[in-house]
Amino acid sequence: MARDRDPGREIVPAVQKLRIQHAKRDRLRFTSHRDFQRAFERALKRAGVPMAYSAGFSPHPKISYANAAPTGVASEAEYVEIGVVQIVDPEKLLAVLDEVLPPGLDILAVVEARTPDFVARLEASHWSIELPGTSQETLQGALDAFMSESEVLVDRLTKSGIRTFDARTAVIRANVEMGADCAILQVVVRHGVPAVRPDDVLAALKKVADFAQEIPPRVTRLAQGPLLEDGWSVGDPFTLDREATQA
Amino acid sequence: MTVQSVFPALEQLLPRVQKPVQYVGGELNAVVKPWDDTIVRWCLMYPDAYEVGIPNQGVQILYEVLNERADTLCERTYAVWPDLEKLMRENGVPQFTVDAHRPVGAFDALGVSFSTELGYTNMLTAIDLAGVPLHAVDRDETHPLVIAGGHAAFNPEAISMFIDGAVLGDGEQAVLAITDIIAEFKSEGSPGGRDELLMRLAKSGVMYVPAFYDVEYLEDGRIRRVSPNRPGVPWRVAKHTVMDLDEWPYPKAPLVPIAESVHERMSVEIFRGCTRGCRFCQAGMITRPVRERSMTTIADMVANGLEKTGYEEIGLLSLSSADHSEIAEIAKGLADRYEDTQTSLSLPSTRVDAFNIDLANELSRNGRRSGLTFAPEGGSERIRKVINKMVTEEDLIRTVTAAYASGWRQVKLYFMCGLPTEEDEDVLQIARLAHEVIKAGREASGRKDIRCTVSIGGFVPKPHTPFQWAAQLDHETTDSRLYKLRDAIRQDREFGKSIGVRYHDGKPGVVEGLLSRGDRRVGKVIEQVWRDGQRFDGWSEHFSYDKWMAAAEIAFADEAVDVNWYTIRERDLSEVLAWDHLDSGLDKEWLWDDWQDALSEVEVDDCRWTPCFDCGVCDHMGTEIQVGPTNAVMLPMPVIPSRVVANSGT
Repeated sequence: MARDRDPGREIVPAVQKLRIQHAKRDRLRFTSHRDFQRAFERALKRAGVPMAYSAGFSPHPKISYANAAPTGVASEAEYVEIGVVQIVDPEKLLAVLDEVLPPGLDILAVVEARTPDFVARLEASHWSIELPGTSQETLQGALDAFMSESEVLVDRLTKSGIRTFDARTAVIRANVEMGADCAILQVVVRHGVPAVRPDDVLAALKKVADFAQEIPPRVTRLAQGPLLEDGWSVGDPFTLDREATQA
Repeated sequence: MTVQSVFPALEQLLPRVQKPVQYVGGELNAVVKPWDDTIVRWCLMYPDAYEVGIPNQGVQILYEVLNERADTLCERTYAVWPDLEKLMRENGVPQFTVDAHRPVGAFDALGVSFSTELGYTNMLTAIDLAGVPLHAVDRDETHPLVIAGGHAAFNPEAISMFIDGAVLGDGEQAVLAITDIIAEFKSEGSPGGRDELLMRLAKSGVMYVPAFYDVEYLEDGRIRRVSPNRPGVPWRVAKHTVMDLDEWPYPKAPLVPIAESVHERMSVEIFRGCTRGCRFCQAGMITRPVRERSMTTIADMVANGLEKTGYEEIGLLSLSSADHSEIAEIAKGLADRYEDTQTSLSLPSTRVDAFNIDLANELSRNGRRSGLTFAPEGGSERIRKVINKMVTEEDLIRTVTAAYASGWRQVKLYFMCGLPTEEDEDVLQIARLAHEVIKAGREASGRKDIRCTVSIGGFVPKPHTPFQWAAQLDHETTDSRLYKLRDAIRQDREFGKSIGVRYHDGKPGVVEGLLSRGDRRVGKVIEQVWRDGQRFDGWSEHFSYDKWMAAAEIAFADEAVDVNWYTIRERDLSEVLAWDHLDSGLDKEWLWDDWQDALSEVEVDDCRWTPCFDCGVCDHMGTEIQVGPTNAVMLPMPVIPSRVVANSGT
């Protein structure tokens, strides 16, 4: 006579899916993905979003997260999809959700999901890597050395031990800019398995050109989305949904 | 003089430490005020890791109460882990607040909330990292006042050389009174400096200032006398008691951290104080009398808190929540209100009676019934009389039977080892009790997969309780009793596999005992062990018994006392106790009589339902018991239209 939650209780199906683009800025870039998930779910509650829940003994709100930026890395292009049981106005959701989230976790755009395969559309990321205390010349030299290679193997410590993989092929485009107190490496990286992350690119620069920094870099994901026709620009992954909505 | 954020410097260290998010702040409902717009600046500290400290209700309440004042700002700081501490020292980054990352040394007051004595070493780290001299005597006008609060502040003698003051009891009105005094003093241009400010605080009675009292000792090490060393300072400093919790419905906007914490729920305190009279329980003794929050205020706090936090779970807090005079109505009312939401309610359920099962059933109406917790505390009928935990074995069996019968699968039972007069047999009775629990549970539920977990820890005698005179059990005997119990349960062929045992070894209890009944001489041990690198004593992976004992050896080298003297020695009525000049309201004679009653196994009733038995608190403090029922009715929640649904207006 177990009195567990009734698995046969009525499940209200999702009537709409919404895709949300959000930023992770400033000091909240130190938020881990788990931290963000918890904060986001509570924000949905505070915003009164009519979430759809999964079936089973411990129902979870229907939320899918895609390609979260690493802890410590800021982002202007994180993507989440939610399922709701009442039709939600994307503009209202944007305004209310942004209002209930702390500054630094900011909602940038919301569209109604009208097209399939959203995650597959996230083909590449544009990262901006600020390197305080590094000169433009030093960085350019290291980048040139890196780009002239066809393969640069780097190691990453994972839960299952050290994994070695190529960090060069995924880099589609890279250039150096000058910032206020730093040199900035702009790099477009194609998503793959394993995903090459900004710290892998820096590890590769260190390997080919002994490039190292005293001060930790400040990294921001500026964009994430489909690769455009030029082969290296990162487009807006919401374009197809917007077009479908207008049509 | 405006104060700069240390964040730019800290930011460079964060990529190199574990869980950096705990140092960045940004909690929902946190408050940051312009420095120059305020006169009095408080920094509150919970001296443990952020994940433990952030849910602390005391800090959250005072944070809000202080920030509501226009002339005051209040920020928070927590203990930094050794990885960050090392980097901060190497890079000259001082102890900082998480709100605006201001340096702690720039504030007027640093209030440290001690739920346990095991936070003392972490306070020293924070003071030192803040650039504030470790010893109060070395501080000047440029340094914050270091003020201890919380339960452990009822005997702050062991840390008296590191603090400027201690506040006893409820903090809400006390922090405001202290703020008034600091504001007035500063607006006068700080005449007479730090000494004058402390004198004003001491004279007002709001705060105990250890520096204004001298302690003399007898040759055998006992205290001869504690007396004020200047005129105008009270002989005894009294605790503060907030009457009418409905007037103080804090926290109104609970802090919700981005980082994960040990309590992922919202807490609402439903009453303060407890008069059950369990003789081991310091909390029950020092927080008298019972003051209930009304059902209406509780319901409002729950509704408001859920809206402001987005939490999915609410804990109804108090020392014994089932004892609220309208708990049944509260539980039913809240369960009705939130029936169709994903919100769950929890009640720290420690009272052993069938009524508690009805309550637990109500609260889990549409949730999963996994485990229930009860605290019989003592294994034998006899020892339960000694500690005044009035639960018979029959009560316990009836209660757990009801629990298993209504679908609960696991029952957790809390006990203590090392209680006064305890023999091996008293602890071994726990094995028999657990056996009977499983037997009754299998009969009641008709299933074999029910479980019982026995959780047992060493008892530490605490100040301001009838057991303040008792000898603590040495850790060797504690451990041997725990092992005997564990073996006895393992040897239970019939049900042993259904019974789990969790126990904590006796060594940390020795250090806790030394600190909780310590006097000013113990301060040297704390400083020594901290200098030897000891931190985070509440964490088993950081705690080192050997380091503490080695430090005590050095610190007590020229004293007539040692660790055993503080812990396993029984005191008598004539001895001056280190905390006698700190007034919890309890009459010392009454405590002594209660101690004698304990030894004769005589129980005492709860004064909420029987005539007053003159513990002294209400008479002495001018307080009274405040209990319902109010006979109010909790109405269903109005349905608030979602702001995000299409065509919902606005």
